[in-house]
Amino acid sequence: MATDKLVVTHAPHIRDRDSVPGIMGGVLIALVPALIAATIVFGWYSLVLVAVCAAAAVVTEWVWMALRQKEAKAIVQDYSAALTGVLLAFTLPPTTPIWMAILGSVVAITIGKQIFGGLGFNIFNPALVGRAFLTASFPMAMTDWVLDGTSTATPLGGAAATNLELFLGTIGGSLGETSALALLLGGAYLLYKRLIDWRLPLGYLGAVVVLALLVGEDPIFHLLAGGLMLGAFYMLTDPVTSPLSRKGRWIYAVVAGIIVFMVRVWGDAPGGVLYSILIMNMAVPLLDRFLPDRIFGEVKAK
Amino acid sequence: MSLLRDFKNGLWNEHPIFRLLLGMCPLLAVTTTAVYGLAMGLATLFVVVCAEIVISLIRNLIPKKVRIPSFIIIIATFVTIVDYTMAAFLPDIAEALSIFIPLIVTNCLIMARVEAFASKVPVKRAIADALGQGVGFTWGLVLLAAVRELLGQGAIFGVQVLGEGFPTWGIMGLPAGAFISLGIILAVINQIIRFKHNRTKEVS
Repeated sequence: MATDKLVVTHAPHIRDRDSVPGIMGGVLIALVPALIAATIVFGWYSLVLVAVCAAAAVVTEWVWMALRQKEAKAIVQDYSAALTGVLLAFTLPPTTPIWMAILGSVVAITIGKQIFGGLGFNIFNPALVGRAFLTASFPMAMTDWVLDGTSTATPLGGAAATNLELFLGTIGGSLGETSALALLLGGAYLLYKRLIDWRLPLGYLGAVVVLALLVGEDPIFHLLAGGLMLGAFYMLTDPVTSPLSRKGRWIYAVVAGIIVFMVRVWGDAPGGVLYSILIMNMAVPLLDRFLPDRIFGEVKAK
Repeated sequence: MSLLRDFKNGLWNEHPIFRLLLGMCPLLAVTTTAVYGLAMGLATLFVVVCAEIVISLIRNLIPKKVRIPSFIIIIATFVTIVDYTMAAFLPDIAEALSIFIPLIVTNCLIMARVEAFASKVPVKRAIADALGQGVGFTWGLVLLAAVRELLGQGAIFGVQVLGEGFPTWGIMGLPAGAFISLGIILAVINQIIRFKHNRTKEVS
């Protein structure tokens, strides 16, 4: 009979205090400024959408965990499903009907996450899977940009906007993507808390800036427009679907940045953040396999 | 008795789509509406039955080394018959299925059945097997196509069933919708089979 006091375990014996609920909760806190900005710019309905998406994602997660006979309660409490729901809501236009938001959340959790085996096993960012599903299914509703009661184009779609408007977010667009200021505040919190690796947003945004300078586009405009900031700090950095090694992270982030820029400037679609991240998600297992970090003390092979 | 078993084999136990995962190309490509699924299924049914009969009849005449080319020529003959017949009598459907009718020649379902079955058994069994596989393939196509048509257009066999207000899911008309629906149907069928298997184990 083992006693409770003497615990015999494998290494590692030194653990830090990071935990899944801690990281996911931290990201949720970092999203608060963007949520406030969305409420100011698009009205109370954005709060409703965010709440509905989060609730639908958590319920879906719970149902799947119960079906798979896992400890449903403990797993739902790690906030990961709620975070997926909130991020999905942030990518939706402010006029999205409630049922569409629910459908997107169900698809995000079911097809994006649980099909692969749940948290930690998913290949693609679940929120972006939900968004991609909705984009393909309801292209009209998913590009219905409304600001102050009137339909507008987004700046990437050709609407005029000063860089200050882009920075503050008083423009047409998806709920949580318009205000670069709010997203930068949240991003700074994430970096300060070391919840995300600075290489990922830097590589992603850096690639876009360099390319913009090379082809003579306004780099500030490209940084502030569309979902680039949201993608750079909150989606590209998902610990499950980004590479583990430093080299891998650089390649992952820079190539994703190149893809966004190519889609924006030479592609058909106005914004490419969604596809750039989903495409690079696919490369993550490969990057992890061929570019692992050298383990401390390991000698370079001859 | 064994003829009936050969026939029923293709309907469930060795269902060409859901158990053997054969013939994926036409399955994913043409199942946007139930009518196209049915047409493709029946065309394949005709070809697999005729090809299995002929190949079973001449199975002892075909030299082993050139059996695959011989099979393909026989299959291609019947595919050509189907192709011309459909172009003459069902021009709309033939146009919609376009290249996928001639491509029945390379449908691995047919290749698999003639190679693994018809070329080794008497003609009675070959007919039973071909009918079972053909009908199995057809109901698989129609099921997937009906799901996609229902969600993608709110209709089944062209009859509007979900009302005008139903917001159609555009993704179901795209290849991605075909893969997602197929994956979900496969998961459900695997679950049914696992459930049955567990129950028979508990009884015995």
